[in-house]
Amino acid sequence: MDLENQARIKGFADQYGKDLVIVLGAGEAQAAELAAETVTQGDPTYAGPLAGVQLGLPVYHAFELKDSVDPDVYEDQAGMMEMVLDVDALIEAVKKFRAE
Amino acid sequence: MSFPVIKGASYSLFHTPEMTVHQGSNQTTERYTNPNSEHFKNLQKSLRSFDEFVKYPPNQVYIGNVKPDMLKCHKRPWYEHPLEAASTDGPFGAIYTEEELIALVKIVDVFDLVVLEEDFQAGAKVKLKNKQELQIIDKLLSKLDTKGEKFAELERMVNEEHAEGMYYSGRLVGCVKKAHAFDAVLTAHVMFENLVSKATAVVNLLQMFTKTKLRPEEVDYIIETSEEACGDMNQRGGGNIAKSIGEVCGCVNATGSDTRSFCAAPVHGLVQAAALVQSGIYKNVIVIAGGSTAKLGMNSKSHIEKNMPALEDCLGAFAIHVSENDGINPIIRTDVVGRHTIGAGSAPQAVITAIVTDPLDRADIKLEDIDKFAPELQNPEITVPAGAGDVTLSNLKMIAALGVKRGDFLKEDIERIVNEKGMPGYAPTQGHIPSGVPYIGFARQEILNKKFNKVMIIGKGSLFLGRLTNLFDGVSFVMQDNTGTEEKASVSKEEVRSMVAETLKRLAESL
Repeated sequence: MDLENQARIKGFADQYGKDLVIVLGAGEAQAAELAAETVTQGDPTYAGPLAGVQLGLPVYHAFELKDSVDPDVYEDQAGMMEMVLDVDALIEAVKKFRAE
Repeated sequence: MSFPVIKGASYSLFHTPEMTVHQGSNQTTERYTNPNSEHFKNLQKSLRSFDEFVKYPPNQVYIGNVKPDMLKCHKRPWYEHPLEAASTDGPFGAIYTEEELIALVKIVDVFDLVVLEEDFQAGAKVKLKNKQELQIIDKLLSKLDTKGEKFAELERMVNEEHAEGMYYSGRLVGCVKKAHAFDAVLTAHVMFENLVSKATAVVNLLQMFTKTKLRPEEVDYIIETSEEACGDMNQRGGGNIAKSIGEVCGCVNATGSDTRSFCAAPVHGLVQAAALVQSGIYKNVIVIAGGSTAKLGMNSKSHIEKNMPALEDCLGAFAIHVSENDGINPIIRTDVVGRHTIGAGSAPQAVITAIVTDPLDRADIKLEDIDKFAPELQNPEITVPAGAGDVTLSNLKMIAALGVKRGDFLKEDIERIVNEKGMPGYAPTQGHIPSGVPYIGFARQEILNKKFNKVMIIGKGSLFLGRLTNLFDGVSFVMQDNTGTEEKASVSKEEVRSMVAETLKRLAESL
């Protein structure tokens, strides 16, 4: 995950604590997995501000929130990408870090 | 309306393993944060030889020796299945060694900032002296006639004066000196990046003059579209890289300017070039960019992890010639220009709508009517192992999926559309270089051969990387078969006078 984004998430976590939820929009399972791991267990590359920082934040992929948002908004923002991306693989990549 | 045409395109590649190790931003950051990192040892082992680089199938496609569609059936991984019939020369341009590039950096330097080791300089001159493209400009190689520097002095400049070292086959062979005592924008590293960008663009423009009928003195305007910034502490991006390129290339009648929009800049540049030609302001406009050393080895850690060669050992350059309508070459449909507007939104669907379907709808062209879409043409062998996915394929799928949502295609058509109307990515991950423009050379050929009628060129850019806006960017245009020179819509003063006189005469008669 981008070092700047790690710093911002760390800042938000300090400010909001456990009220913070991370929603990922990654298009590749590998990237989604890396991001989910970073915001739960810490930066696995040990390069950014979240290296060794276990935030344990609840993390979801945007596709998992389909039923929680206005269907028109979802269709506008994510409908096309549902046809393009491997939705199951993306959800699976993120979900396992919630289970852990 | 007489549309402008695309009259020529040139593309060149440069093998740069040492620059990857010493100047790629991933490596310079690692050297700063972890100087004894294992990464440097591993990277050295993962670098390719020049022969492997030349025979790498995507590189042969880039210079025009093989069509992109060939890659669809070429066995993967491509780096394990070289093209034995490869050449350093192609119909669009050439492939250069790092030795040649370093000498070219010296040739394009007008401020005596580049110093080469004496034996290296003499050897490089011998290698360059028979290159046809370097004969176009009188005395171009004379920069290499001066006596080079002793190795010990080079070492001193790098160690004591913060000069940026240039290496070949593991040894220091030259350096770029800082251009100012304390200006952060004129450091040796910044000057090195700018000079390499300039050198790669220069030799590629000379390739165009070698391979097409365009002469340097016929160029009226140059639009430079790289991602570098040239200036000093008082005007960091002041420019003008375009004119500095034209100066070396003998474009004595040209002026120019630099256009920036991250990876989308080349397509912005082409739209501007088309407007300048169609308006009659200029006849021959070149849109050009050289390579970016910062991006070398950007994903090399991922490549090494997966036991692959470090494929980002490559700089790219391109140049496109936009000219007035000759009735032959493919036209740029300036009435079918896509643009991602500030208010369009950054969701992928909004972006593809703005740059693909909106312009086509305005001109009543169906998605099915486009023979090929050329979006971001990043080589997937570089991006997939790094977790960034197959960028070209994703873009093509997005276009097809949007077509499904609009009712242009059926869902089961997606694969067919992607296969028929797309191509595998083959350009080096140089940011602005893969941005649709690599395909223009092939598109021009296929349209001239009447195989295609319409091709859409798409450029996209990540503006948020500059931390001034969260916006995205995208631009597109359509190249189309030329049905012959069209009549100009405008009329001369004489014609207007004659029409007014005729009308008055009729009015008088009726009275």
